[in-house]
Amino acid sequence: MTPELTTLRMAGTDGVLEAVIATRANIFEMTQAAEDAVLRPKAPGAWPHSLRAALAARIATLNAQTALARHYATGAGDDAALADPAQDGAARGLGPVLAFMDKVAADTRQVVAGDIAALQAAGISDADIVRLAELNAFLAYQIRVVAGLRLLREARA
Amino acid sequence: MTKPITKFTRNVPHWQPRVVPVDLAEATAEQLDALQVTPSNTKVSAYVLTLAHDVESLKVRSPLFNAIMYDKGGMSRAERELGALGASMVNHCIYCAAVHADRHAQLEKSTEVTDRLFRDGARADLGPRDRAIFDFAVALSQCPPQATASHVAALKAAGLDEAEILDLILSTSLFGWANRLMHVLGDPVRPDSAGK
Repeated sequence: MTPELTTLRMAGTDGVLEAVIATRANIFEMTQAAEDAVLRPKAPGAWPHSLRAALAARIATLNAQTALARHYATGAGDDAALADPAQDGAARGLGPVLAFMDKVAADTRQVVAGDIAALQAAGISDADIVRLAELNAFLAYQIRVVAGLRLLREARA
Repeated sequence: MTKPITKFTRNVPHWQPRVVPVDLAEATAEQLDALQVTPSNTKVSAYVLTLAHDVESLKVRSPLFNAIMYDKGGMSRAERELGALGASMVNHCIYCAAVHADRHAQLEKSTEVTDRLFRDGARADLGPRDRAIFDFAVALSQCPPQATASHVAALKAAGLDEAEILDLILSTSLFGWANRLMHVLGDPVRPDSAGK
């Protein structure tokens, strides 16, 4: 497998699970395409690439995925401070956005219609709400694939 | 007034968006392409029209979803559905749980497993293989993920090989994704009360 696939690099599967991963090579390539689409889209809406990277690092940290958090933090630029879940983003006017992202990532089952209404009340467009949900949702997937692959790799050792 | 459904069911509800979906009449060329709208195919669900707000993501999502759930080899389709259901129960995504419990029941030609899971929750009485699969899916779906080496050992002891475990990781994780769209961006309601 090629090293530019973030998911496999973060799971550290090189040279260990290659044969089994090769059976799903198409899935890992599409996973990278999905990452590119949510982290570095051509049409980012209200959320520039640096902020998306910071949010990704923040979600990885909430999931105790330090390697993935570090990986995404490198692209966060001036938004790097927001990668820290202790930052509420209020000073940047991103309080409702960060509260929403944290809840969707860490307490999904408790999300209710009012959480979407709160974003709308903060002036965030419906398209930008969908963009936030897609970023969050992809990270939930990638984080769990990385965590699962790491367990599978360790079971070999 | 439409009251969202809050209890797990195999009776698939209607999905009512919490945001305004893309209006097909005003969709861009890129959106129409991602929606695969053609003169002979103009029926697009409210869910897909909602996701069309983020067209780059929508475009890559459907083929990835289909590959993880339906590609040949590895884990059986029914067992992939069980991984999806474990995630959906953790995240309390009523819509996803209904769709994938229903598919599991169809593939297995039995409602027994999903009846038990919906009635008794995660502690339902399951066979050893389903037990190991469901426990792994539930553990991986927590935030942070709680799956451990002992979960993987239980899967192997229940007879799963690495290719099957890889497919379980993928299908469970995929529903970490799908649940955060379905459960976050809309409500599960009954069609007769949905206003359409």
